[in-house]
Amino acid sequence: MKQVLWLILKRTGASVVTIFIISLIIFIGVELLPGDVAETVLGQSATPETVAAFRKELKLDLPPPVRYMSWLKDFVHGEFGNSLANKRPVAQQITWRFANSLLLASTAILIAVPVAVILGILAALYRNTLFDKTISAVTLSFISFPEFFIAYILIGIFSVKFNIFPSLAAINANMPLGTKLYTILLPALTLTFIVTAHIMRQTRAAIINVLASAYIEMAELKGLRRLRIIALHAFPNSLSPVINVIAVNMAYLVVGVVIVEVVFVYPGLGQLLVDAVSKRDLPVVQASGLIFAITYIFLNLLADVMSMLANPKLRKSQL
Amino acid sequence: MSEIQQLEKLYNEGKISRRKFITGVSALGLTAAISPLMFSGCDTEETAKTSKKGGRFVMGSTGGSTTDSMDPATFTSNMNQNINWQIRNNLVEIDHNFKPIPELAESWGSTPDAKIWTFKLRQGVEFHNGKTMTSEDVIFSINHHRGEKSKSGAKGYLKNIKNIKADGKYEVVFELNGGSADFPFILGDYHLSICPAGTKDLEWEKGVGTGGYILENWEPGVRSFAKRNPNYWKEDRAHFEEVETLSITDSVARTNALKTGQIQYMDRCALKTVHLLKQMEGVNVTATTGTAHYSIPMLVDQKPYDNNDVRMALKLAINREALVKQILRGYGEVGNDHPIAPVNQFFAKNLEQRKYDPEKAKFHMKKAGMLDHVFNLHAADAAFAGAVDAAVLVKEDAKKAGIKINVVREPDDGYWSNVWMKKEWCMCFWGGRPVEDMMFSVAYADGAPWNDTHWKNDRFNKLLVDARAELDTEKRRGMYEEMQSLCRDDGGAIIPMYNQMVEASSSKLSHGPISGHMAMDGMRNGERWWFA
Repeated sequence: MKQVLWLILKRTGASVVTIFIISLIIFIGVELLPGDVAETVLGQSATPETVAAFRKELKLDLPPPVRYMSWLKDFVHGEFGNSLANKRPVAQQITWRFANSLLLASTAILIAVPVAVILGILAALYRNTLFDKTISAVTLSFISFPEFFIAYILIGIFSVKFNIFPSLAAINANMPLGTKLYTILLPALTLTFIVTAHIMRQTRAAIINVLASAYIEMAELKGLRRLRIIALHAFPNSLSPVINVIAVNMAYLVVGVVIVEVVFVYPGLGQLLVDAVSKRDLPVVQASGLIFAITYIFLNLLADVMSMLANPKLRKSQL
Repeated sequence: MSEIQQLEKLYNEGKISRRKFITGVSALGLTAAISPLMFSGCDTEETAKTSKKGGRFVMGSTGGSTTDSMDPATFTSNMNQNINWQIRNNLVEIDHNFKPIPELAESWGSTPDAKIWTFKLRQGVEFHNGKTMTSEDVIFSINHHRGEKSKSGAKGYLKNIKNIKADGKYEVVFELNGGSADFPFILGDYHLSICPAGTKDLEWEKGVGTGGYILENWEPGVRSFAKRNPNYWKEDRAHFEEVETLSITDSVARTNALKTGQIQYMDRCALKTVHLLKQMEGVNVTATTGTAHYSIPMLVDQKPYDNNDVRMALKLAINREALVKQILRGYGEVGNDHPIAPVNQFFAKNLEQRKYDPEKAKFHMKKAGMLDHVFNLHAADAAFAGAVDAAVLVKEDAKKAGIKINVVREPDDGYWSNVWMKKEWCMCFWGGRPVEDMMFSVAYADGAPWNDTHWKNDRFNKLLVDARAELDTEKRRGMYEEMQSLCRDDGGAIIPMYNQMVEASSSKLSHGPISGHMAMDGMRNGERWWFA
């Protein structure tokens, strides 16, 4: 147990270093963008005088290292600053959107994981049969379509044709959870279609891998039923790669679904980041960029720890 | 061929007049192509008789961004312009006839040289926070856009103001540097809404105004929600109980939301699919002609655009009819290389329409010795929907005149700061202005911050100042017509077309004459429309 704790500690330390490096990359990346917030926010209305006035007001005339250090210091203290474009506190803009993104991602993952894992087990069980090939083909086709295409098809069928679900997933704080879930069902389904194939394929491959082991052969020789072998003997031992792929998909669902957000008009973090980048709203870009990175790293850390706990071999490793 | 297509064809071929086309289309049950000038005479009293109160009006609007603010100095897009006029008023409203009518100002007048303007304010109007609107608030709201530190888009128009002072609580006097006959129009600009004196920083976001709706909820780039102001001083306006404005940037998402009844109004229909939308039951499509136009500005202080033969050749090498047909799908009219629209008061009707003439274009280009030159045309769809396609069309049509054009694709991101006014020849969009003076002053006058062609024409600049102070309508007409022909024959902007504003709404809604002054019924559909 001590060894596990030590491992977790080491992993966390590495994550913090990674986050620091990412913060540097984000800052430099933002600096490299052509044009600045003053010009971009003013858009067609930018004149040299108004731009100069705006730049001074935003302290864009200070050198980059000074701005980086003060930003990092504030970030560590939970001070994300104010949006340059409309002066609103960044923290306030990010919090509820992050909650929305998490809600959508969790809903999608809650639908996707059971479906994908069961399909994966079944595919492993009926390996190389028509059934296996069919679900592989279907799920892989869904992952190959662009997200907006699946979204439009679902809207076309369920909103426009049958009018069962709304085409806009514009949820707001006043809605009860039930209404929220109903409203976001179509975007959640769209995302489910996208992540199912990953998880399903990974489950199938991991189980098939374990099925080649000697102890499975032993179980077969003892005359156990195939379903029992897979569900109770093979699946627990193939958990760690499955946990990893679920975590990666979860991270993707939180930070990378801006297209689905746009199509369904869902107020998540993605749209905030895109708007902020196109308007050079640096505090928002930096804060959300870093929060994305932290989410990714945290979920990966979680996956690592969980797969270590699930797999004694990894528990003993020196990594 | 459907009847509408037949009408469109006849119109495109010039076999029927514009008016006939409009009547024909209207007879088909579509509220189409309403030129505000054709509907003069419809009065608001009629509206008051037929309008009904109540209901929740939901709009899906373009242009929303999470970086938006409710500070009027920052307005650039449909979404915040529209919300602004749900919750605030101006001194002057510009009506569907492009005439200034009283709003928070009851009446106004000027000295004969149009240098001193006095506005009498309406008494007893309250802001949403209970404060009474007085001259102090008006002066604060206008001065918010003036001065060194201002970053307002209206700064340019207000440069002419020397001094603003109050004459008692309900009179404001504007002293101008030079006479301006159209000054009331300027006060109808969407930036110049009246807010309580002293508003600053995050207080702008509360949206306190004197308007027909009170802002309850405002999340930039997502939605706004406003409830009817029970205390509204206009009796025949603001009919809905609640108005919700959603930011829907994707045109397919807007269309679907309208089809499924989640919204009742959308701006900017996708022209490629609008014919399908028209066939939907319960949906009305409106196409309104206004002052909006697409332009292709050349920087005339850069070689080879400093040679008027080159400019003339490029102007002649553009197939305007094809652009209107392909890019606007017929929802627009050909332009004549000046920014004054047919709906403007002093539009030069008798100025000869420039046509696609490859032979003449070649002649001018040869004269300039530039037939071997490759002209770079910078384009991105940020300029307007279809700008890149339009650039390719321009390139192909110019080929027939022996002119070589290379279309340079630019990123949408940062287009207005990195390409427009920086590259020698690019695609551009203008919303137009309700009066000639504003349009010319903002983008064609020498030294104007948005003079996107760097054009300097002494005769034009002199006429601009003279016409501004001239109160005799016929004399002004003469001057503005001459200025239009100067733009057309010497200016640096190619203006190939005026685009219509194509929008769709639920047939449950009813409305008076639609304004072409700005999109979404002059950005005032929240206050002018009602549920039938």
